[in-house]
Amino acid sequence: MTSATSTPELHAATRRGGLRTLFRDRPIIPLIGLLALLVLVIQILRPEVINPGWVGVVIRAAVPLSILAACQTITFLTGGIDLSVGAVASMTGFFVATLVGHQGLAVAMAIALAIALLTGFVTGIGVGVFRVHPLIMTLGMSLVVLGFANVWQRIMVQTGAGVPPAFRWIGSGSLWDVIPANLLVWIPIAALVMFMLRRTGYGRQLYAIGDNPIASRLAGTRSWRVILILYMISALLAGIAGFMFSGFTNVANVNLVDNQVLPSVAAAVIGGTSIMGGRGGYGGTIVGALILTVLTSLLSALGFPEPVRQILFGSIIVAVAAAYTRVTAES
Amino acid sequence: MTAAAATMARPNPLLSVLRKNTWTLGLIGFLGVLLFFTKLINPTYGATGVQNLGIAVLPLAFAAVGQAIVIISGGIDLSIGSTMALTSVISAALMKDQPGEVGVAVVLGVLLLGMLLGLVNGGVVVFTRVPDIVVTLAMSFVWAGCALLVLQRPGGGASDWLKALVAGALGSEWIPKSAVVMVVIVALIWIPVSRTRLGLSIYAIGSNRLAAFRSGVSVGGTRIVAYVLAGLFAALGGLSLTASTGIGTPVPGPYTLMSVAAVVLGGVSLAGGRGGVFGPIVGVMVLQIIRTDMTFLKVDSNLATVLQGAILIGVVMIGSLVEIRRARA
Repeated sequence: MTSATSTPELHAATRRGGLRTLFRDRPIIPLIGLLALLVLVIQILRPEVINPGWVGVVIRAAVPLSILAACQTITFLTGGIDLSVGAVASMTGFFVATLVGHQGLAVAMAIALAIALLTGFVTGIGVGVFRVHPLIMTLGMSLVVLGFANVWQRIMVQTGAGVPPAFRWIGSGSLWDVIPANLLVWIPIAALVMFMLRRTGYGRQLYAIGDNPIASRLAGTRSWRVILILYMISALLAGIAGFMFSGFTNVANVNLVDNQVLPSVAAAVIGGTSIMGGRGGYGGTIVGALILTVLTSLLSALGFPEPVRQILFGSIIVAVAAAYTRVTAES
Repeated sequence: MTAAAATMARPNPLLSVLRKNTWTLGLIGFLGVLLFFTKLINPTYGATGVQNLGIAVLPLAFAAVGQAIVIISGGIDLSIGSTMALTSVISAALMKDQPGEVGVAVVLGVLLLGMLLGLVNGGVVVFTRVPDIVVTLAMSFVWAGCALLVLQRPGGGASDWLKALVAGALGSEWIPKSAVVMVVIVALIWIPVSRTRLGLSIYAIGSNRLAAFRSGVSVGGTRIVAYVLAGLFAALGGLSLTASTGIGTPVPGPYTLMSVAAVVLGGVSLAGGRGGVFGPIVGVMVLQIIRTDMTFLKVDSNLATVLQGAILIGVVMIGSLVEIRRARA
């Protein structure tokens, strides 16, 4: 790190070691600062954009993304990753849309979530018991899920599909015309995820496995069980996110959520969860998902064409991750 | 591996070559079985089928070689698909309606560009210390955006000599020209690299980065070189997309994830340090011929996707079971 100390901000950080420690232990503080900065930039450049309606749009888009990013956060903690969230989420949204006409909403949702849990079970067996690399395992599972969903689509092509009105309300409606309705689903989920990570023994086992797998095994953790349950939780969360995506877009499509997989990984990374495992939390991820959504909004408010938006999106993710790594790097 | 070698009184060079390449040889055997099976279910499958196979695997084979080099060095490159799209559209846009000599210049320029893109990827990974998976994921947005800036929709063209380079057969009708081109290019680039200090360094940093560093290997430099080589092979993949389709498509194909799959199928450990580049090429052929067989059997193409995923998982499970047993022995 000798070369890095020449940069002024790090110089300041080393002088005031407290600030750096604060950033490392509470990554959410600089992240909220960045979020505020982005909103400020929009306010300066396009003052007409920001109003209560805009806030609602941002939250409606950020909530499903932050649930997908929860899947990445909890799997990152053990040193894993879940790339099957896109296929699973698209699948559950699509299944409910095709089943709801015959089975009713509750049964359709139960079937879709059961399939999601089964997917997570298979992934968990592969990663936990057979020790297949999570990247490959979830990649392979997404091919399997996508293929089955396509077969299902061909069978169901006559009956047609429609996103149930309840999903449409949850995904894009609001309470008393102000509060986005999807917060009703999101707040309990976020609270449960944070409670699980911070207050339960299971949550500590996730950190322990990611931090030092051998030590956690010697301490008596049955890591295969922890990992099996982990990927089932991840698939369940992805399934619920799928309901919200289909409600938000009013589309039932087997590829609907595919383009959200990489942003979900980016949200967790920006939120300060280490992809190597053992460090991070869900609070940062939520702010990360908000930052990405506001960033997308900013780039489209400035009227950039799609390709330029993609280029800026990618560059900014690298820049934020780099700045973050710089600040928190252990010397 | 070392334990098995130690039990042998006199190491036989032929046996040790066999033992080092067990996985690849097994995979070639599997490919043979699959080809036999193809002939069985479709008796008309012949030289044309093999030629089509050669053309169909070309882009993914180059992508897999590039991915293999990065994975052997202990990294991963999730931007390969976007790099291929960018190099493909640039070559197609510049070659359209131009004489063949311009095409030669374009090809050389695009190969340099591929190396430059790899240099950016590797440089950012090394200098920012952000995990490679995150950097290359983000860079995949950047390169895909650049590709869309070059061409908004599929278009452009390819020089006739470039199209002729990958079409048809060479000598016997059973030897696709594309396969010869691929083997020659991969051998020309990879064999000199792998026989030198550089190749050894790539394996060393993938196997044990700290030990490599303490032995005097420039870890950062070697990682960057691995990404530069991956960029070069991605550019070759992009050029072969242009050559085989005659146009450039700005939207990245499924090459990034399929290249990771083929690399794992080809016996390269995702942990790094083990494997080669020829196994992944055979892996690509296996993946492609399974797809062809499914078409012959009139299996729903979606079930074929399911099967590809299942095979990928199954193969990796067997691989890791072998590794777990080896660790216990």
